[in-house]
Amino acid sequence: MKSSVIIFPGSNCDRDVAVALEKMQFKNQMVWHKETSLPKSDLIVIPGGFSYGDYLRSGAIAGKSLIIDEVIKAANSGCLILGICNGFQILTETGLLKGTLLRNKNLKFINKDVNIKVINNKTKFSSKYKLNQVLKINIAHNEGNYFTNNNHLEELKKENLIAFKYCDEDGEINEQSNPNGAKENIAGIFNSKKNILGMMPHPERMIDRSISNTDGINLFSSLLS
Amino acid sequence: MSINNEILEKHGLKLDEYKKIQKLLTRNPNLLELGIFSAMWNEHCSYKSSKIHLKNLPTKGKQVIQGPGENAGVIDIGDDDAIIFKIESHNHPSYIEPYQGAATGVGGILRDVFTMGARPIALLNSIHFGSPSHPKTKTLLNGVVSGIGGYGNCIGIPTVAGETKFNDTYNENILVNAMAVGHAKKEKIFYSKAKGINKAVVYVGSKTGRDGIHGASMASAEFDENSEEKKPTVQVGDPFTEKLLLEACLELMRDDSIISIQDMGAAGLTSSSVEMASKGSLGIELELDKVPCREENMTPYEIMLSESQERMLIILEDGKEENARKIFEKWDLDFIVIGKTTDTKNLTLKFAGKVEGEIPIEALASKAPVYDRKWTKKNLPTKKIEIKKLKKIKIEDALIKILSSPNHSNKSWITNQYDQMVMCDTIQKSGSDAAIVRIHNKDKAIAVSVDSSANYCKSHPFTGGKQIVCENWRNLISVGAKPLAITNCLNFGNPENEVIMGEFAECLKGIKEACNFLNYPVVSGNVSFYNGTNKKNIFPTPVIGGVGLINKFTKSLSSQFKKKNSLIILVGKTFGHIGQSCFLKENYSILDGAPPETNLVNERNNGLTVFNLIEQDLILSAHDISSGGLITALSEMAINSLMGVKVSKPKKLTNFTEYLFGEDQGRYVIEVDKKGQKDVEKILKLNDIFYEIIGFTQKKYFEIEGEMKIDINDLFKVNNQWYNNY
Repeated sequence: MKSSVIIFPGSNCDRDVAVALEKMQFKNQMVWHKETSLPKSDLIVIPGGFSYGDYLRSGAIAGKSLIIDEVIKAANSGCLILGICNGFQILTETGLLKGTLLRNKNLKFINKDVNIKVINNKTKFSSKYKLNQVLKINIAHNEGNYFTNNNHLEELKKENLIAFKYCDEDGEINEQSNPNGAKENIAGIFNSKKNILGMMPHPERMIDRSISNTDGINLFSSLLS
Repeated sequence: MSINNEILEKHGLKLDEYKKIQKLLTRNPNLLELGIFSAMWNEHCSYKSSKIHLKNLPTKGKQVIQGPGENAGVIDIGDDDAIIFKIESHNHPSYIEPYQGAATGVGGILRDVFTMGARPIALLNSIHFGSPSHPKTKTLLNGVVSGIGGYGNCIGIPTVAGETKFNDTYNENILVNAMAVGHAKKEKIFYSKAKGINKAVVYVGSKTGRDGIHGASMASAEFDENSEEKKPTVQVGDPFTEKLLLEACLELMRDDSIISIQDMGAAGLTSSSVEMASKGSLGIELELDKVPCREENMTPYEIMLSESQERMLIILEDGKEENARKIFEKWDLDFIVIGKTTDTKNLTLKFAGKVEGEIPIEALASKAPVYDRKWTKKNLPTKKIEIKKLKKIKIEDALIKILSSPNHSNKSWITNQYDQMVMCDTIQKSGSDAAIVRIHNKDKAIAVSVDSSANYCKSHPFTGGKQIVCENWRNLISVGAKPLAITNCLNFGNPENEVIMGEFAECLKGIKEACNFLNYPVVSGNVSFYNGTNKKNIFPTPVIGGVGLINKFTKSLSSQFKKKNSLIILVGKTFGHIGQSCFLKENYSILDGAPPETNLVNERNNGLTVFNLIEQDLILSAHDISSGGLITALSEMAINSLMGVKVSKPKKLTNFTEYLFGEDQGRYVIEVDKKGQKDVEKILKLNDIFYEIIGFTQKKYFEIEGEMKIDINDLFKVNNQWYNNY
């Protein structure tokens, strides 16, 4: 399986996700944002970081960069797209995913391990997880507070487009287990065709027991199968 | 413009220093030249008051590749790997503008490390605030923490460890020290020494603005009530540009284009160009109208003294310019040849074709003033505090008081604002004695820790200086690392005051003695004097940043208890030294007596033996005993693991409170599996180590025989509330 990781100026999880992809036996290529064509890819990853220093608005400038036109074309032709953290923010800026990421409710950057619940495991990104499985995944963001309008929220629920929700260790989804104020504890969503996933937590940080746990592995192995 | 007293004062130059300038130039300087002298001769850049003391520090060792004098220190960690690291202060700017002051402190120290060819892999910090009840503390704490996080998170380097302390002494002068650690290949280390004549001097990075003009001079003066007016001299950081600069520099460093490279830190273009030329015994000529500026009509004076961030100066090999330019253009950074090296040994500054200033390099560097300032020695306080004469306090209450105090409370409110995991090599985050960061793609890791103990240093600077090196060394041992070398940030008051100068000289003697004995050389550092406001000086606060090596990171340890029913062994002898202790301070508001003495022989023996036990996989967890004594160390191990412990009362004991809370040095708590008891005791005995088996781990309760029994969750709560309620 071929993957491409897009590097924007200010991306800083590009190496981390490349390490994860290679560990999972993806054939990975790094793609510089000024490129105007993409290598043939089954999966495109937009990594975390602070593309363009979060200037203007996180993800806003990257959302207008040269390579993004190619990403949009690929997405429309069914290529799998994974946006993690800043990558999720960029995807909402391009319109590939609806809604937006507001500043965290406590107005502070948050880095910690949080629990998230698998809400839909019938997708190419999540088939190896059990439904309602609780994962412990690291978050690291200043703007992870997912917001969208009520019509879209209804659509997300009706079409089963919510990928993950923040929860506690026992899978309870409530205000206490919501780290950033995200609407209905949403941590990640799909587009309507379910070939695009945007998520705030960092699965690439959870593939190595010596630094954390292995709860992120099944996301990548789902993609492989 | 003629130079008068008012102008001299604005430049922080004394009259006799001005006379020296006239003599060195054999004429009067113009204002541009005066500004340059002021920038190079201030305390921050010239080390004029500290130099004669610093030269006594041990800086050599088999593990040292580069000691002090370069942008950062370099040590050998085996194979082809080197670690490059340094700590630096950004105290004054952070007090005036906490967010930007702290952020640019992080940015500056990162440049020091990647200038030398290292990819930064860890950030640490030591931050000190005034009393929590002081009206400014909350704002400063918030600003500094967000500034440190804002920079490190954005550039994508994990902030893995640090210390945060509160003490009235910092009410008007906080300390913000940032440390960066990077990894490089031994054969790919870059230095600042210029070589060759007529080589292109290239300016890369951000454009130059009017920010930070005379920042280094500001850092070399005491504060007064008008200090807030200095806001315009605080630099503004842009971690995004620094990330680009980091990647562009590392990309250029892959081949052999660079002769020398130097970041523009304090005193900006002035100090970077002078240092490069001075080290190479060359001259340097700059055409200042070529410097990219972001503001209009900037004068040569402003261009030379600006401290705008995220800029570097590079001397390139012939014929490498086009390739280098392409790299920087790829990263959308300015790349402009602004001058050349010369054989004149002068700093020559041109603007629009006209020479605006010309100063012999040696006048700015080797001939800068050096002062042997008067200092007085402080005697060891003889006052003994008799605990029996104090109001009796229950052990449980005293412990709770300590664990709920600002200085001992859990700091996740702070650390959760830092990305500790980016780069995916953080084996152990802050919370144990030292953080552990893996060398990418390898089995080995480094352990890092920063430490200080201002109360000890104030009471007796020599003992305090010695102690803090040892505590730092012990912290690395506790996680299973072999301590290799340190960097130090020496935060002191006004060196023109004999008592303060004495604190400096004596602390350094203590540091020297401990470093020598432990083969723990100083490879880089920074001196920050004039920490004080209106003649009130801060407590002497040398901050030690240590780096150690773990050959196999799988052998590293944390301080969390691992399983119930394992033995708890106290390594090292307990005398119950209560002077300058946290027990007295938190419970009786007493800050008195002498600090605990550090016996270097025991320190080394105990440490190396614990290290040996860890190497042989005989220890489950370990924790050094420092502030708060044995009981505090035990409770930290218990809280971090939510596992209890039962400690029995030793026989033939004079005072149990002193035993539990005393801060005697050279001690560790180790958790040992019962199966390994024999082997452990054998090794301890073989090495003549004093030890006591004091108890065992258990479920749920933190228990001290006959004194207290408390649910570990309650202790956790006590330890985790202060920051959230502040």
